Amino acid sequence: MPSFVIAEKCDGCKGGDKTACMYICPNDLMVLDPNAMKAYNQEPDQCWECFSCVKICPTQAIEVRGYSDFVPLGSSIMPMMGTEDVMWTCKFRSGLIKRFKFPIRTTPEGTANAYKSLKAKDLNSGLLSTEEADGYKLPRPQALV
Amino acid sequence: MAIPNKPLGETKAVRDPKVEEREVDILIVGGGMAACGAAFEVKKWMSEGQTVLLCDKAAMERSGAVAQGLSAINTYIGTNTPDDYVRMVRNDLMGIVREDLIFDLGCHVDDSVHLFEEWGLPIWKKSAENKTLDGKQGQKMGTLKSGAAPVRTGKWQVMINGESYKRIVAEAAKLALGDENILERTFIVELLNDAKNPKQIAGAVGFSVRENKVYIIKAKAVMVACGGAVNIYQPRSVGEGKGRAWYPVWNAGSTYTMALRAGAELSMMENRFTPARFKDGCGPVGAWFLLFKAKTLNGLGENFAASDAAKAELQKYAPYGTAAITPTCLRNHLMLFEMKEGRGPIMMDTVSALAALGKTMDKKELKHLESEAWEDFLDMTCGQANLWCAQDCEPEKKNSEVMPTEPYLLGSHSGCCGIWTSGPDYDWVPDAYKIKYNGKVYNRMTTIVGLFTAGDGVACSGHKFSSGSHAEGRIAAKEMAKFVRDNASFKPTLKETTKELVDLVYKPVRTFLDHSAYTTAIDINPNYIKPNGMMYRMMKATHEYGAGTATFYLTTSKNLEIVLNLLETMRADCEKMAAGDLHELMRAWEIIHRLYTVEAHLRHIQFRKETRYPGFYYQADYPGQDDANWFCFVNSTYDKVKNEWSLKKVPYIKIIP
Ligand SMILES: Cc1cc2nc3c(=O)[nH]c(=O)nc-3n(C[C@H](O)[C@H](O)[C@H](O)COP(=O)(O)OP(=O)(O)OC[C@H]3O[C@@H](n4cnc5c(N)ncnc54)[C@H](O)[C@@H]3O)c2cc1C
Ligand code: SF4
Ligand code: SF4
Repeated sequence: MPSFVIAEKCDGCKGGDKTACMYICPNDLMVLDPNAMKAYNQEPDQCWECFSCVKICPTQAIEVRGYSDFVPLGSSIMPMMGTEDVMWTCKFRSGLIKRFKFPIRTTPEGTANAYKSLKAKDLNSGLLSTEEADGYKLPRPQALV
Repeated sequence: MAIPNKPLGETKAVRDPKVEEREVDILIVGGGMAACGAAFEVKKWMSEGQTVLLCDKAAMERSGAVAQGLSAINTYIGTNTPDDYVRMVRNDLMGIVREDLIFDLGCHVDDSVHLFEEWGLPIWKKSAENKTLDGKQGQKMGTLKSGAAPVRTGKWQVMINGESYKRIVAEAAKLALGDENILERTFIVELLNDAKNPKQIAGAVGFSVRENKVYIIKAKAVMVACGGAVNIYQPRSVGEGKGRAWYPVWNAGSTYTMALRAGAELSMMENRFTPARFKDGCGPVGAWFLLFKAKTLNGLGENFAASDAAKAELQKYAPYGTAAITPTCLRNHLMLFEMKEGRGPIMMDTVSALAALGKTMDKKELKHLESEAWEDFLDMTCGQANLWCAQDCEPEKKNSEVMPTEPYLLGSHSGCCGIWTSGPDYDWVPDAYKIKYNGKVYNRMTTIVGLFTAGDGVACSGHKFSSGSHAEGRIAAKEMAKFVRDNASFKPTLKETTKELVDLVYKPVRTFLDHSAYTTAIDINPNYIKPNGMMYRMMKATHEYGAGTATFYLTTSKNLEIVLNLLETMRADCEKMAAGDLHELMRAWEIIHRLYTVEAHLRHIQFRKETRYPGFYYQADYPGQDDANWFCFVNSTYDKVKNEWSLKKVPYIKIIP
């Protein structure tokens, strides 16, 4: 189900130094045509339909159309990303529409605690840094053969 | 697939790239779950002045197998014991596993899950009335760490709202490591051995996928964690749908190939994974079995897995086949049996399952259940959701077909191929499982001094999944810090000159520039082969001879001989690989990595003269399991100077009763 870019909606990320879709695609598929200043999927048969580019595009220019080998025409699924939730609109071939909303994270973006100031102590023990800080006790097998 | 009138890729490759040379104490290759674990952990153990670098071929925020998200954390010990965890993994993998590695992982995995929750991953909880709360509502029950009860689908999984799983985990990893120590869009091609000790690691070489630049990185300790391998067999869809493999199309076996070319011992490479999933979309079936209690039916509408014939078949594989949970390969085996007997297709009976649940639920609960079913797809296999929409498939009204996929190689999901590593240095771990250097044991170190791995890289210990891979990356990171402390005076030196390394990495570019003007069609030229062509050639050979879907996963000794010869020729022809742009250069190296990986796989199948994993593959000349001769690991090494493989048996040692 390769991604495609709607020509009218793509603004090439305004010529900024980071083209969002090109930055994110795990398989290096999205590229910017520097003359047209529009992005395109350079290798649709290597697209995993992971929707990473769809979710990141600031102008909602990217959508996905089912793989021609086995997906009938006429359906679509589209995510709308919020800071706490994602809202999916799933359109069936028949026209039926279903919407689903799911949480995506419970903390503000950028605030994950990386324990930067944690200095672990005993390099020779079997404990990980946060386990050591918590006073975790390593289990031993209950019985051995 | 070429785009009309447009050369593939926008960043043309030039003959002479820039070169950047770096020297660090610790190098992390990969940016997936394991590498993010390592990135979170490593600096906490490093001392002042020590340096670290991470290279990922993509952007960590969405790289690796968790890019689109997940709907469950598949390994959380909670109130279970690591001992039982070992027993579960051992049974699923037909008895031959490294119990030291699995137990060790079971001791640490929960700490990673607790961190994920702290960082913001929504984890489902049970309410006081034992009702299901999603990850947002569930917050009021407190955290897992503080004792709140997760929603379990099976004994080991916990349900999450995991759309942003990888973003969250990568965020913590990046903050911990520091942006200045991360090179994204850097594809590592080859690990480099030390000039003085060829059994020791000294660094790696790779290139930028964004600018014409080669990176040569020296390091005292290196972790390779580039995931497993996909697209080594012809997928079930061969047009655009080729991308919709179950396993993410971007993991190309780099872990195994780079390790084996550095001389590291691989283990159990014969093991593979051919998951049974919803047909074509590859959507997950786990929640349907476990959460919705759905059954699979054969073409006659029979619940074949519960038949007497199935029970008799499973009896043949006792004690594994007769255990409470049937091993993954044997579940496939039963399914394939129906298909071969003409009783296909296999259907997931979603209609009956939802109807049965509907009897005990009110409207609101049922609506919630429907949303859970869709979330399972939307969180981790969006394409399956679209396929259901396109087929007008509402699961309460229409059943869906299930089918085993083409084979993948991986060591962290329900498979166990990978690199042989040291276990932890505890008194209960057999000496044969410890790898020492200067008298000291380094957990998760490979047989190459200073080379570590985690996640899909570690052999003989499947069922780690996302959480376990993260925890294992952390274990390896701490051991790397220990290694660097103990070997502070070691000065990595490379055998190869800078020029030799650049020549190696950019050879496909030069081949292209030297010859592309000779013909009028850029892809057809007698002087070179493009990565795309080589990929099809490899897929055809493995598909037909190497127990691909073409033969219902069956191969024979004679077929293995043929495919191994074909692969040798392909590897030789890779000398003529051509790449016109940086994207294609990455594809060129991926196909080379795939070729070595799948060759290792097939050599292991050839060496093991039994069929240990029926349902994953069949060796027709050696059907059935042969415990008398083959209840052991198979390990292999490759000598890149002599182009020689050697394989051997390694004894299995039972630790946990
Ligand atoms: C379809 C699918 C569904 C899954 N579902 C679940 C689930 O529900 N729950 C669960 O807990 N687990 C699940 N898993 C398992 C989990 O995703 C893996 O166990 C985990 O991601 C393995 O971690 P890793 O770091 O070894 O590999 P990955 O996370 O895949 O990371 C590999 C990394 O290596 C990088 N890389 C690759 N090659 C190179 C190279 N040559 N140079 C530089 N970088 C490179 C990639 O960009 C990526 O960053 C699932 C896996 C798959 C494939
Ligand atoms: S992210 Fe969207 S707007 Fe930006 S280049 Fe890509 S398609 Fe265009
Ligand atoms: S859907 Fe995923 S794989 Fe496909 S182009 Fe977008 S980011 Fe890349």
